[in-house]
Amino acid sequence: MQDLGIRVLFIGNNMQRLLLGLWETVQISLIAVILSIFLGIILGMAMTVKNPALRAVTKVYLEVMRIMPQLVMLFIVFFGLTKAFGINLSGRVSAVIVFTLWGTAEMGDLVRGALISIPPHQYESGAALAMTKLQVYIYVVIPQTVRRLIPLAINLTTRMIKTTTLVVLIGVVEVLKVGQQIIEANRYTYPSAAFWIYAAIFALYFLVCWPISLVARRLERKWQFGGDAK
Amino acid sequence: MSETVKLLELQNIEKSFGDLEVLKSLSLDVNKGEVLVVIGPSGCGKSTLLRCINGLEPIQSGKIKLDGEEITAPGIKWSKVRQKIGMVFQSYELFPHKTVLDNIILSPLKVQKRNKADAVKDALALLDRVGLLDKKDAYPRQLSGGQKQRVAIIRSLIMEPEIMLFDEVTAALDPETVREVLDVMLELARSGMTMIIVTHEMQFARAVADRVIFLDEGEIVEEAEPEAFFEKPKSDRASRFLNIFNFNEKK
Repeated sequence: MQDLGIRVLFIGNNMQRLLLGLWETVQISLIAVILSIFLGIILGMAMTVKNPALRAVTKVYLEVMRIMPQLVMLFIVFFGLTKAFGINLSGRVSAVIVFTLWGTAEMGDLVRGALISIPPHQYESGAALAMTKLQVYIYVVIPQTVRRLIPLAINLTTRMIKTTTLVVLIGVVEVLKVGQQIIEANRYTYPSAAFWIYAAIFALYFLVCWPISLVARRLERKWQFGGDAK
Repeated sequence: MSETVKLLELQNIEKSFGDLEVLKSLSLDVNKGEVLVVIGPSGCGKSTLLRCINGLEPIQSGKIKLDGEEITAPGIKWSKVRQKIGMVFQSYELFPHKTVLDNIILSPLKVQKRNKADAVKDALALLDRVGLLDKKDAYPRQLSGGQKQRVAIIRSLIMEPEIMLFDEVTAALDPETVREVLDVMLELARSGMTMIIVTHEMQFARAVADRVIFLDEGEIVEEAEPEAFFEKPKSDRASRFLNIFNFNEKK
């Protein structure tokens, strides 16, 4: 009977439940990614401003977000806020907050990197061709920044989707949690359920993330122009 | 030497970066159709001089006039003035996200609001003139340094400037591609373009220049016709500078 364990995926509405769980993950990630991109652009631009105070604040924020494990942040927001201030957030909202805070830091750094990677001479050669400042930004700087940024932002999205598995630990019922529930429920009828369920979850993540990284790689190849073949 | 019309006049311009004086009360006239070569040791202010002329660097005092109009006056529209002043940089600075053709027609379309067919026609003619017609759809990364620099030159030329500034345009090139760029400049000089060229290519300077100025520590130390300058420089500083090149040649 061992090799029939795969049937656990198709009995009842197990597959449907797994997919719904996946949708939960994807939803949290997408909301966080969209907010992160928006806020990250603002943060990234702020980081290029030559203001020592602003610079210090953004720098500290960036370091904290990068050093602190996302799990710890999830616990602080989900449990800590409740204990300390009586603010009671749902697991989903906590997750979106934490992943947005983290994603904003990551995205901000990417935006800053893309902005400063445009050499000052590009601005000057635009100016020397009689373009106004605004025209230089519209036709020279922004198109190059966006091209550098999009593949990186897409990669951030896949990282975000993968990291959201952590929300299982603050009680959000997403794909991993659903998987565990199914395994528990079928412990006696399908002893090998764990293998098949986790394999299915692996496949689901793969199916979500793979096309995204494919697109990223495509764009990267299409737009890689930085290399200066002298 | 029949008719000399002053195209560009620099009157006592001063430029400093912080405490460092880069140009010290420098005055200079350039006539229409003249090819002026500026040479001097690095850090002498040659590049700064060019950058001041097209407003990439503000000057602290003095006046710059183009066609009799003072372009350093407050409130001057640089985007108007720069259409008359072309500039080519050492590092080419083509726009990497645009094809060769799009690089060339960007400013004619967006700044001069010319119609596209017209701009493309001019661009293709210029590409043909420098032997790069087959590269029109290439991206800058696919070109050699010499090819990029030729594109950069015609990208400026298509604006129909009255004067062209060349800032060490061959300094970053591989030796074998230097020539193709210099040839384009030589042809341009012969066609009557007014040019100010900053270069370390002494042979080329001698061949192309109507007049040479030797700049050191922000001052014009010597000003002469090319033959006279390269054969018998009057100042000590200039002869010492030229000797460096001779020594290198003997080695």
